[in-house]
Amino acid sequence: MDGLSVDIRKGETFALVGESGSGKSTVARMAVGLLPVTSGTVTIDGVSMTDVKDSAARQALRKRIQMIFQDPYASLNPRWKVSRIIAEPIHAFGLLKGEAVEARVGELLTLVGLHPDDGKKFPHEFSGGQRQRIAIARALASSAEFIVCDEPTSALDVSVQAQILNLMRDLQKEFGLTYLFISHNLAVVRHMADRIGVMYLGRLVEVSDSKAMFRAPRHPYTRMLLDAVPDLGMTGRQRQMVAGEIPNPINPPSGCTFHPRCPLANERCKREAPAMIDGVACHAVEEGRTGA
Amino acid sequence: MSEPVISVRNLRVEFATRRGILRAIDGVSFDIARGEVLGVVGESGAGKSVTGAAIIGLIEPPGRIAGGEILLHGQRIDNLPPDAMRRIRGRKIAMIFQDPLTSLNPLYRVGEQLIETIRTHTDLSARAARDRAIGLLSEVGIPAPEKRIDGYPHEFSGGMRQRVVIALALSAEPDFIVADEPTTALDVSVQAQIIALIKRLCAERGTAVMLVTHDMGVIAETADRVAVMYAGRVAEIGPVRDVVKHPLHPYAKGLMGAIPTLEAESERLLQIPGSMPRLTRIPPGCAFNPRCSHVFDRCHVDKPEPIEPDAATAARENLMPGHLVACHLYTAKTGGTP
Ligand SMILES: Nc1ncnc2c1ncn2[C@@H]1O[C@H](COP(=O)(O)OP(=O)(O)OP(=O)(O)O)[C@@H](O)[C@H]1O
Ligand code: SF4
Ligand code: SF4
Ligand SMILES: [Mg+2]
Repeated sequence: MDGLSVDIRKGETFALVGESGSGKSTVARMAVGLLPVTSGTVTIDGVSMTDVKDSAARQALRKRIQMIFQDPYASLNPRWKVSRIIAEPIHAFGLLKGEAVEARVGELLTLVGLHPDDGKKFPHEFSGGQRQRIAIARALASSAEFIVCDEPTSALDVSVQAQILNLMRDLQKEFGLTYLFISHNLAVVRHMADRIGVMYLGRLVEVSDSKAMFRAPRHPYTRMLLDAVPDLGMTGRQRQMVAGEIPNPINPPSGCTFHPRCPLANERCKREAPAMIDGVACHAVEEGRTGA
Repeated sequence: MSEPVISVRNLRVEFATRRGILRAIDGVSFDIARGEVLGVVGESGAGKSVTGAAIIGLIEPPGRIAGGEILLHGQRIDNLPPDAMRRIRGRKIAMIFQDPLTSLNPLYRVGEQLIETIRTHTDLSARAARDRAIGLLSEVGIPAPEKRIDGYPHEFSGGMRQRVVIALALSAEPDFIVADEPTTALDVSVQAQIIALIKRLCAERGTAVMLVTHDMGVIAETADRVAVMYAGRVAEIGPVRDVVKHPLHPYAKGLMGAIPTLEAESERLLQIPGSMPRLTRIPPGCAFNPRCSHVFDRCHVDKPEPIEPDAATAARENLMPGHLVACHLYTAKTGGTP
């Protein structure tokens, strides 16, 4: 991870895309405070998470951020009943007591399309999609406003994925939620995101409005990613074959780390890392030699 | 169509469990011709992998093939003794799995593994086998194959390892390959390369392929025909363009509408209510009936078989021959409204 800055606006879905090893999940974990930030800050409404010394204030910030993980099997405690799993943030932040907790859990289960009685069951009694609904209910339990979703549907079948994506959109509208949505699936990202950041080897290479990015991708890596998406509509869309693989992040290439795979790379690219200018970090774009 | 390389006829596979017999595959039939890629899609647990495992003779107890036939070039292979099947598996039939490490032995250099397979199936000298192995590695797109041949599997990246597995699968020049989620574990950009590779190699060599995947996009790009499986049965099968563009079965329609694409913009995705039933809870009649919005009386009693749809539908949808659907909506007599 290297010099990454993003601003996520209230009520929007900001997606981070990139291949494995690009650092998407690391960003996610830093955003929710699961990983320490070595330098720089993560701020919420202008308040820095790292600067807050007072534990009550930090709790108040934490409560506003929740996370949904890729693997709905690993992220729920198998020995706890679903009601206890969902109630955990309510207890942790001391939001409600006694019977009110139970009522709230029932309400949350209904909200995500399950039945209040499902609270009495254990996670293994549910399918992958249902478990992801439970994880969403848990994320909403503390009335979080900002939800980090790390590949929330990539372990699910497409028909179940559609249910979860629709649910996430409905909840966003209803509660004005802000999502940081992490995915390698560009079609899913196009469906969900208002704005998109493309990552390559720990750096952002392009940030743009979602519509604009799909209409006219600018960074050569973004173009390559778009070309790799199979043409399900069988439109015969013109594509260029993708070359090479993402290098080992331990030992990244010099200059622009994308240069070994880039059709537009030149000597400058091997020496000098491009700065982010107007939403894209690429010498060729800056020099106007993209040929598009 | 010329004589199929592989024919699956009314296949049934069962697993004995504590709760009784589970029928994982319930009457599946299809053919795959020389040089043809049959894509198999369907949600998790639909029976895609079990079908592939049955063809390559890798169903192990408590599982067994409980009925039907599997023919390779017209000869039954489902009832062969294990030894004979093992010989077929190296020589005539090969497989590529999701995790390349299941096909590679971590303790041996990739060259040793390739050369061994080549020498078991040909009478090439060690020298000539090595040359052939280098040729294969280069064919699957491994740079500097004369050096990489002496590397160990862990020295290759995920995508390169899957290329080695493909080289290994091709080394015996099989007539048929089962590829079960060969790109699922790979990054999107590498996935596209591997798919293109499988497609090109099979076209050049005339190998028949059964390509199992969750990813309809991969199927659209690679397969000649596609079978949509649901709860251990084929719901719909036909030429890929036909099935992708004009799905008939309510499940296949739902599946296609549920997939976000780069081409279509939509507020909401189509949603199929519920999820696939467990094998212990498959309802009588059509297995899709609890989730189907077109369900009618007959669906609760009669199990639909994959057949050519009635003439009116075929004409209206301009269907190609060989497009079969297992749904009572398309049997002229009973009616119903699709
Ligand atoms: N060894 C086994 N014992 C009992 N049941 C089994 C066994 N192997 C597979 N099954 C059952 O057979 C059914 C079909 O499984 P299969 O692995 O073929 O599904 P699939 O379509 O390949 O799913 P996926 O997309 O998740 O790979 C499942 O319901 C599964 O539980
Ligand atoms: S900076 Fe150079 S190598 Fe990097 S993406 Fe742009 S053209 Fe390619
Ligand atoms: S047979 Fe009946 S229940 Fe099954 S898919 Fe067709 S209409 Fe629906
Ligand atoms: Mg499988």
